[in-house]
Amino acid sequence: MPFIPHTEEDIQAMLASIGASSIDELFDEIPPTLKTGTLKRVPPGLSEMEISRLMLERAEQDGRYLNFIGAGAYEHHIPAAVWQIATRGEFYSSYTPYQAEASQGTLQLLYEYQTMMASLTGMDVSNASMYDGASALAEAALMAVRSHRTSRRILIPQAVHPVYRSVVRAIVKNQGIEVVEIPYDKLSGQTSLDGLENFGSEEFAALVIPQPNFFGVLEDVDALTHWAQSRDAFAIAVVNPMALAMLTPPGEWGERGADIAVGEGQPLGIPLSSGGPYFGFMACKQPLVRQMPGRIIGRTTDQEGSDGFVLTLQAREQHIRRSKATSNICTNQGLMVTAATIYLALLGPEGLRRTAAQSHANTAGLLEKLERLKGVKRMFNGPLFHEAVISLPRPAASVLQTLEARRILGGLNLKEYYPELGEAVLVCATETKTSADMENYVMQLGDVIRNS
Amino acid sequence: MLIFEHSRPGRRNYSQSPKAAEATDIPEKLLRKTLPLLPEVSEMDAVRHYTRLSQKNFSIDTHFYPLGSCTMKYNPRACNSLAMLPQFLARHPRSPESTGQGFLACMYELQEILKDVTGMAGVSLTPMAGAQGELIGIAMIRAYHESRGDTDRTEIIVPDAAHGTNPATAVMCGYKVVEIATDKEGNVDMAALKAAVGPKTAGLMLTNPSTLGVFEENVAEMSRIVHQAGGLLYYDGANLNAILGKVKPGDMGFDVIHINLHKTFSTPHGGGGPGSAPVGVAPRLLPFMPVPIVAFENGAYRWQTEKDIPQSIGRLSAHMGNAGVLLRAYVYVRLLGAEGMHRVAEFAALNANYLMAELRKAGFEIAYPNRRASHEFIVTLKDLKEKTGVTAMNLAKRLLDKGYHAPTTYFPLLVPECLLIEPAETESKETLDAFVTAMKEILEEAHTQPDVVKSAPHATPVRRLDDVKAAREPDLAWKAPTRNISVTRTETLTAIPSVSVA
Repeated sequence: MPFIPHTEEDIQAMLASIGASSIDELFDEIPPTLKTGTLKRVPPGLSEMEISRLMLERAEQDGRYLNFIGAGAYEHHIPAAVWQIATRGEFYSSYTPYQAEASQGTLQLLYEYQTMMASLTGMDVSNASMYDGASALAEAALMAVRSHRTSRRILIPQAVHPVYRSVVRAIVKNQGIEVVEIPYDKLSGQTSLDGLENFGSEEFAALVIPQPNFFGVLEDVDALTHWAQSRDAFAIAVVNPMALAMLTPPGEWGERGADIAVGEGQPLGIPLSSGGPYFGFMACKQPLVRQMPGRIIGRTTDQEGSDGFVLTLQAREQHIRRSKATSNICTNQGLMVTAATIYLALLGPEGLRRTAAQSHANTAGLLEKLERLKGVKRMFNGPLFHEAVISLPRPAASVLQTLEARRILGGLNLKEYYPELGEAVLVCATETKTSADMENYVMQLGDVIRNS
Repeated sequence: MLIFEHSRPGRRNYSQSPKAAEATDIPEKLLRKTLPLLPEVSEMDAVRHYTRLSQKNFSIDTHFYPLGSCTMKYNPRACNSLAMLPQFLARHPRSPESTGQGFLACMYELQEILKDVTGMAGVSLTPMAGAQGELIGIAMIRAYHESRGDTDRTEIIVPDAAHGTNPATAVMCGYKVVEIATDKEGNVDMAALKAAVGPKTAGLMLTNPSTLGVFEENVAEMSRIVHQAGGLLYYDGANLNAILGKVKPGDMGFDVIHINLHKTFSTPHGGGGPGSAPVGVAPRLLPFMPVPIVAFENGAYRWQTEKDIPQSIGRLSAHMGNAGVLLRAYVYVRLLGAEGMHRVAEFAALNANYLMAELRKAGFEIAYPNRRASHEFIVTLKDLKEKTGVTAMNLAKRLLDKGYHAPTTYFPLLVPECLLIEPAETESKETLDAFVTAMKEILEEAHTQPDVVKSAPHATPVRRLDDVKAAREPDLAWKAPTRNISVTRTETLTAIPSVSVA
């Protein structure tokens, strides 16, 4: 019996102690009419050897590709130590640190994580993480509405990740919160300040400000933050944490800094893994901390005056406040944050900055080569960080499909989300791409364009 | 010592960072002026620091962890290593379906297995945690009523024993919460339910077996009452482990369910996440399911999107949910097979009922002594507290000294001084017996030397921590004593002598 240690002798002794004649009798309070027959669609059990063979075959069937897709999930080198330590049983198989004295490892690590993220974002306080970047943005929108009190409307640029916008809508709509989208400038790819001015006289709880935006374009974050705050709206930054190694942190945007910063933590040591598990991060300015959802760790002292760490400010949370909680969120993404913290410690400020800079330089170099191909153009002229939209002289779908047959994932076709952009592809080259990789991509793309 | 206190300016891991690259095209005003507060430590420093931190944790791999309602069962190592095969880790979420047929096959089969186990017509794997599964489930109930123009239903009924996530979720979906009481045998008070149900009822959220560790005997009648009033039934799958392979929520009349994979399907709790909570629905909620969902058509797997399910409540994650957790659950269900699944509930129940019987014999008061334990049960220390002053919290902390993680304390809220104890099926009789011995010792201490218990823990890396101070004077991030290094662009990218690491 998989993972069940009982011997026949144990079973008999235990039943005798209970005073039951069979295990079946333990279910005698369940009405017989509800009891299940068989599980017809569950196959018979496999041994570890058999399931290992099956999984290896399926993994090999999928294989590996030379990947130039980013679009919110980025392929970065992950030091071997990150997951070797994160998957130690003491991290992997522990739970939410309700018993603080028996969970100091996880708690201290989360405190270190909060410190690192607060500093990377330039904010006062970070929570212990959210599910992912998209849901973190939705929670930030809810937090802004709770804190604002008079407006239940949120402004989101169309240059924010399209799926993030969908997720925000799905999560906030049942609370009667309105999401208003603002267009991007067709030349620069930046959020249109003119478009924003159309809403100049209306009241909003918050403006979402991406940096970089979904197109890889860098926004004029100071102007956007100023616009929001001068109209009494909160500025919510949605940022790539890798980019923050180089870029001005949200806490320093505009005159006062953004109020809330969120984003997808995946670039910090989390494998692509078909989309999860990742983690969302959320940080804010001090005055908003009691409106923040999710776990927060604090440093305190024990009976003898030694430092220790506990879950704190729990009066915000569902297990205390129930229907009056800031969110229904129960867990954070503990294991992913464990990995991210180890990742950040291994890279340090300079390692992270160099990884970001190299990723950016690779994308810039790739773009230069791509633009030499006939008919391939950069779509936007705004400054960028490590990702860009290119337009192709042939249908993007078939070009990408042909590249795929050559084991290259050439980027994300934007037709589904931005049909107005035509044959547009979002391309990213991180530090993991060598010159040979990029030359291979350019050569193959040129070949596909010429021969299609 | 914090990792930051190991930090020395200029210390770096050359093998973990690219050689300096220029980024001259980014406007100066968009660049950060100060270094982020990240530690500058060697690789060995970091490895040693985090290994040492790990050793300050209790975990399933090191300790018995009978945390009620959390199902802390053994997490098979194969589930982890097979989900971390390099091809699975490398797969980009936006890569075409044609490049992920092996991965999608696992997801599709997991959906099918979960449908069978829960007795539901459809399953979506996207929710990233139990609370998100709840949010999605209640959002589907709302979408269902709205699609019928039935918009006067503004209330969700929740028993007082429910997890806090239930009422919090109902509020996040725009509902008012109506709480109903529990009777003296631990069942939902049927009179209270009948009084609460009416034309405003959108649905009922129920955990069965409940968080009181007993099976709701009247569940079929409850289902009839709620459905007759036009409401739907939500099944909180937190305690599915207790009935896995024995009863299907679909057969109990539930319209929607979430399944906590980190509980019943043994994916790692990870120090508090990542969770994963697929939702299952009855036929009438199929049109509202969250996307994406894996379909198998013409010999290939593909994602169904909003185009296939136009009334979908939408997307709740940037990609497809916690894929890597789902792979671990898939490996686990294949290891168990149909036979193994039946045994999960059987041995979870055997362990819980045995532990309950032994603790009763040892002198502990059981909260619902006339009931079978499900996979968990409640001990109340109300009398002990009156006699000795020893509280549930004191006993929990003393257990840590004896090498056991504490049970869940002070939940459910309606039982005073309670311990919610869930041993899970993977523990042996010897472990349970040793735990009973430890509990007996503490009970004796409570009478003979209560101060030892009240001042516990004594043997953990820190003594009892001051929660009040933590909340009153929040210290949520370490502040560097003096350092604040300014950098210019040229310094940034060339400050470190170019060391060749090619």
